[in-house]
Amino acid sequence: MERASAAYENDLNLKATELRLGLPGTDESSEKQSSRNYKRSSPEMDNSCQKDEQKCVPASKAQVVGWPPVRSYLKNVLHQKNDSDLSGMFVKVSMDGAPYLRKIDIKVYKNYPDLLKALENMFKCSIGVYSEREGCNGSDFSPTYEDKDGDWMLVGDVPWDMFITSCKRLRIMKGSEAKGLGCL
Amino acid sequence: MVNYFPEEVLEHVFSFLTSHRDRNAVSLVCKSWYNVERFSRGKVFIGNCYAISPERLISRFPRVRSLTLKGKPHFADFNLVLHDWGGYVYPWIEAMAKGCTNLEELRLKRMLVSDASLELIAKSFPNFKSLVLVSCEGFTTDGLAAIASNCRFLRELDLQENEVEDPRGQWLSCFPDSCTSLASLNFACLKGEVNLAALERLVARCRNLKSLRLNHAVPPDVLQKILARAPQLVDLGAGSFVHDPESETYNKLKNVMQKCTSIRSLSGFLDVNARCLPAIYPICINLSSLNLSYAPGIYSKELVKLIRKCKKLQCLWILDTIGDKGLSVVASACKELQELRVFKSDPNDVGNAAVTEEGLVAISAGCPNLNSLLYFCRQMTNTALITVAKNCPNFIRFRLCTLDPITPDAVTMQPLDNGFGAIVQSCKGLKRLSVSGLLTDQVFLYIGMYAEQLEMLSIAFAGNSDKGMVYVLNGCKKLKKLEIRDSPFGNMALLADTGKYETMRSLWMSSCKVTFGACKSLAEKMPRLNVEIINEGDEMEGGSDDRQNVEKMYLYRTLVGPRKDAPDSVWTL
Repeated sequence: MERASAAYENDLNLKATELRLGLPGTDESSEKQSSRNYKRSSPEMDNSCQKDEQKCVPASKAQVVGWPPVRSYLKNVLHQKNDSDLSGMFVKVSMDGAPYLRKIDIKVYKNYPDLLKALENMFKCSIGVYSEREGCNGSDFSPTYEDKDGDWMLVGDVPWDMFITSCKRLRIMKGSEAKGLGCL
Repeated sequence: MVNYFPEEVLEHVFSFLTSHRDRNAVSLVCKSWYNVERFSRGKVFIGNCYAISPERLISRFPRVRSLTLKGKPHFADFNLVLHDWGGYVYPWIEAMAKGCTNLEELRLKRMLVSDASLELIAKSFPNFKSLVLVSCEGFTTDGLAAIASNCRFLRELDLQENEVEDPRGQWLSCFPDSCTSLASLNFACLKGEVNLAALERLVARCRNLKSLRLNHAVPPDVLQKILARAPQLVDLGAGSFVHDPESETYNKLKNVMQKCTSIRSLSGFLDVNARCLPAIYPICINLSSLNLSYAPGIYSKELVKLIRKCKKLQCLWILDTIGDKGLSVVASACKELQELRVFKSDPNDVGNAAVTEEGLVAISAGCPNLNSLLYFCRQMTNTALITVAKNCPNFIRFRLCTLDPITPDAVTMQPLDNGFGAIVQSCKGLKRLSVSGLLTDQVFLYIGMYAEQLEMLSIAFAGNSDKGMVYVLNGCKKLKKLEIRDSPFGNMALLADTGKYETMRSLWMSSCKVTFGACKSLAEKMPRLNVEIINEGDEMEGGSDDRQNVEKMYLYRTLVGPRKDAPDSVWTL
């Protein structure tokens, strides 16, 4: 469990996006963190920074979960505004076991293999090979999506164009749960 | 002690007490007053639905007519709380349906409301008049259809920022022809289509309709017809406001708007074309409240042209596209402004913020009556905050959000401690404060020292040590809600004054330095607190290490012990 989460953290490169008061390049690997949330290091911990505390600004303006504190309702409303046929369609993507969700613009992709490759890159998992006949198989993860009717479907069954208009959100299911969806 | 007044007289005297606090105080005087008060209390406010049970509510206040319930903690608004954490309203409705059927009004915030709950309301309370749902979820328009069909005396249906699934969209037609009692209808948050003909007929027959907020599916031509039927409206939320300014529809709309001289509050514009805004100009002079925060894509110039006509404006909610210059115009035009909220216009685009400390200073200089502020800004300075504090000593709510949560003073690069210190020192009536930017323990020293009336404090990415949190707990005697995220407060602070938490509604701490062990010992020591640990990861198998930091902790006082409806990811210690 510990190992998987550490690998996960490294892959997402949380360190690069972590807010901290240290100068870019200072290392905090000695600090024991059980939480995967974005934490800024307290100046007490990072002695090298204490003098320069006031001059230290985060290396990058990272996206922090829940900051700025905009009501998710408002975010969705404004986002929907910008979503027109021209400007893309963002859907949430969750992966079983991941602490937070991502969002992708599915209009950016032209077909299923493109989408699956992007998901694989985002979550560092292997989702398997898509084929017209069999859909996705060949791994422990199965991509599923929630359609307009609220049902959870396996990605790959319907034509791509139909998929992008009916997909409301994506979920990458793990293990045996997923196998149930894909049985022939 | 002899009771000099017969109970009827006491009851009559108490009927002049409208505030919950006054009634609560009165009920503590003696047994006789407690009893008179409890039988005559019509409105009950429950700030945390898990602090008490519905059965105990009904047994103490058997004649309750109006109930307000709040569920999830505030940080749920920012995706920090699981969707299924809790806050189910069904058990409350069920209990009221058995024991208190004269319920007339229900106001819910951040609760999980199922269609079954709505159906039960519709069936169980013959006098039901008012349903207000704010930031709730779990229901669909089917539930609304049940309310519309069955609540014969419905006066108010107010849906604010709820997540509602809309499978069928025919709920509006479910209001029977005999329904003429509606005074307030707000469905702006619904995403689906509505039956426009049914809407027009509904408006036509509800002569008492004062407040109407439409969703995006109501086009301008229907809006025009509605306004023609309902010139008595006081509060309007326009749906779609996109049309060709050369068109006949637009002309008709302009003409009908001029007759709507009763409108005092305007919102919506969920879809808007800036060139159509002049249609509203005739009513601007009457407006006391204007909310354009759902209307992106309007340039500052257009916003300013509109707002400078709103000379009587008291409440303005706007996007930061207005810019500092726009805020200066607001400051010179809207002298009676009391509440200002400037929202971030594109939450995903961090580099594009359009207001700074300059806009805020301008507002404070021009609007001395300002008492409530929510301000998303790219940067802030201590000097600006000190000036604002001097100009506006009447703040009751002061909430500042810098886009970068630990940005320092933009000029001096110092922490913003002194700026916020000035605010709390000057604004003696401050009840709610949200701080942001680079902040050390010093700001909390100031808050503890000066913020004597403070009831709610929100802290993110601030402070250096446990001392910060302790200053607040020791100093703010009236503190009710404290919510902290990503700050280095740990066990020493958490356990410094455990009795304090029974004087507060709740404490939230996430991504701080509080350990399992400390939470456990707090829970053990204080049986009248529920200490909940929220774990979304897979860290829960087996026992957890006492020395491990807790991701999210939410504790609240309660008279009814641990709740039984928590999902697996929430542990009550």
